[in-house]
Amino acid sequence: MAYDYSRYLRNEKLPHIWCPGCTYGIVLKSFIRAIDGLGWDKNDIVVASGIGCCSRLPGYVDFNTLHTTHGRSIAFATGVKIANPDLKVIALGGDGDMTAIGGNHFIHACRRNIDITVLVFNNNIYGMTGAQYSPTTPKGAWATTAPYGMPENNFDVVNLAIGAGATFVARTTAYHTTHCEKMIKEALQHKGLSVVEIINACPTGFGRKNKFKTPTSMLLWMKDKAVQKAKADRMSSEELADKFVIGVLHKEEKPEFIESYDSTVGLKKGE
Amino acid sequence: MAKNVQFMMGNHAVAEGALYAGCRFYGGYPITPSTEIAERMAERLPQVGGRFIQMEDEIAAMASVIGASLAGAKALTATSGPGFSLKQENLGFASLCEIPVVIVDVMRGGPSTGMPTGPSQSDIMQAKWGTHGDHPIIAVTPASVQEQFNETVRAFNLAEKYRCPVVVLTDAIIGQMMESLVIPEPGELEVIDRIKDPGVPPEEYLPYDMEKDINPMPPFGAGYRWHVTGLHHDETGFPTNDPVLHTKNTVRIIEKINKNYDDIVKVEEFYTDDADILVFAIGVNARSAKAAVLEAREKGIKAGLLRPLTIWPFPDKHLDKIISANNIKGIVVPEMNLGQMTLEVERVAKGRCEVEGLYSLMLDPILPSEILEKIRRFA
Ligand SMILES: Cc1ncc(C[n+]2csc(CCOP(=O)(O)OP(=O)(O)O)c2C)c(N)n1
Ligand code: SF4
Repeated sequence: MAYDYSRYLRNEKLPHIWCPGCTYGIVLKSFIRAIDGLGWDKNDIVVASGIGCCSRLPGYVDFNTLHTTHGRSIAFATGVKIANPDLKVIALGGDGDMTAIGGNHFIHACRRNIDITVLVFNNNIYGMTGAQYSPTTPKGAWATTAPYGMPENNFDVVNLAIGAGATFVARTTAYHTTHCEKMIKEALQHKGLSVVEIINACPTGFGRKNKFKTPTSMLLWMKDKAVQKAKADRMSSEELADKFVIGVLHKEEKPEFIESYDSTVGLKKGE
Repeated sequence: MAKNVQFMMGNHAVAEGALYAGCRFYGGYPITPSTEIAERMAERLPQVGGRFIQMEDEIAAMASVIGASLAGAKALTATSGPGFSLKQENLGFASLCEIPVVIVDVMRGGPSTGMPTGPSQSDIMQAKWGTHGDHPIIAVTPASVQEQFNETVRAFNLAEKYRCPVVVLTDAIIGQMMESLVIPEPGELEVIDRIKDPGVPPEEYLPYDMEKDINPMPPFGAGYRWHVTGLHHDETGFPTNDPVLHTKNTVRIIEKINKNYDDIVKVEEFYTDDADILVFAIGVNARSAKAAVLEAREKGIKAGLLRPLTIWPFPDKHLDKIISANNIKGIVVPEMNLGQMTLEVERVAKGRCEVEGLYSLMLDPILPSEILEKIRRFA
């Protein structure tokens, strides 16, 4: 029997706004399966987003949902989580949301190690506003604001998260649907700040002008370039030169922020 | 029972007022001359089961209080001019999404980094119009340490009652000075909580019922699974591009405040009964204005003071009534800026009397003698 997503969707809000060939819908499915696999109560789940194409996702899922301002999902989510630590809080956003305008919130949430799961939908471009370059646009790639090619260096989301202190960091792609589900599920289970970078394809904004003739070619690119962590560990840096590694890339146990706070300040509970 | 009287700083009184009102979350970023509010909350919140966080900037601080409020907590943030500028983005979000939060702005000299330790009243218009778009705002203006406490409680009550962000607009003098404060007993001051139970099953709940001024607000986690967005939304909370709905909802959220003028707008009238010259002043200048009015009375001049404790919505009705009933000759408006309230007073006066601003950027309260001089010109 086909998997029934409708239990988690606000079915009356469909169809979604995403372009044909956009990979966000595929990731939405992996996201739903990951949550379903945990058996959590829908009432306990809060999904916060910023502004952008992927940030429309909360409107489609039947949880407590919060569509905030551009880049601010983590900051809103931080308030939600601290006010009620029993809630399962997920903050998501695009590469623009998370590494440009919301970069400060991203690194500080990683540093605090607050128990929130951060999903970065990285399509290497500003999708919603029509293909301007983002901090993850590869050098030389075309964007409407980089008509001669991207002149800036770019961020590696995973390294940024690890450097800032996140205690669970994974990378996956929209192509690897079961892997994506697994990474999100593990991130949700992790106590502390977890980050999953999900490589996505924006055929409308990025693909067309960057030599990807079809949306499928972008998925095949993910298939071709992604290397599972276990395999990558056995490869030389030359072999990995034009590839990227997927899997759980960093995991450590560290005291979670709210627990540390409560014990540090001797919080009087139940008042 | 003996009263609980304490000698306290204005900023600390804000913190204590917030706790009295039931505030259990503070998200902030330090800035002079407001920092003592954060420091006091950091120390006091854990003692009453609440939590404090110093966020990475004021944008995040404002976002965090909205998030905490959505999770059901009464939440406070405090700042001064440069930080108030940063909070404007998400203050607009709270206005549109009708999220109760309290923001304190301890005004200092601006623009930009300006005069960090210098008191000012130059954010009056920013409090009203700082965020983009047509939107409602309530702002209260305490003038003493006791009022820092009481008005903070009232700010929380108004936020909870009207599902609206409320600004406590105070200044470096009132925030930094020390006076005796009577801490009210629990129950002595009214404390209002938002309606959390919609009284209908989740599938019937409308977070933004357009036929109602104020809708119940169940906290995230209570089983209602509603959607909150900074996009214009319909009664269910989901985005809409319908210009008719956009108009209707914008008017609704503004009118829910205007309609309740009598409940929201609070003023002090000092010798206004028979006054034919009026002083209109808030905060620290209202203290000087009182002294000036008393001196004028000694000299046989019939001066009076109208002191708003709510500056937004503007006290139009009160002012209008005094102008017409008393046949006012002139109004003096002392303010520590280059003229913000004066324009509003002129708007209400509609040419019926003279209105004269008394402006100062000297970082000291305007003196009673300066106000008296202006009063005498109208006498
Ligand atoms: C404060 C602010 N600045 C700019 C914008 C315009 N804007 C909307 S979405 C967006 C970028 C979206 O890109 P990304 O976050 O990568 O998400 P995507 O659309 O690619 O999913 C921008 C710049 C905005 N809404 N708010
Ligand atoms: S513009 Fe790009 S990111 Fe946005 S929906 Fe279309 S394909 Fe997806």
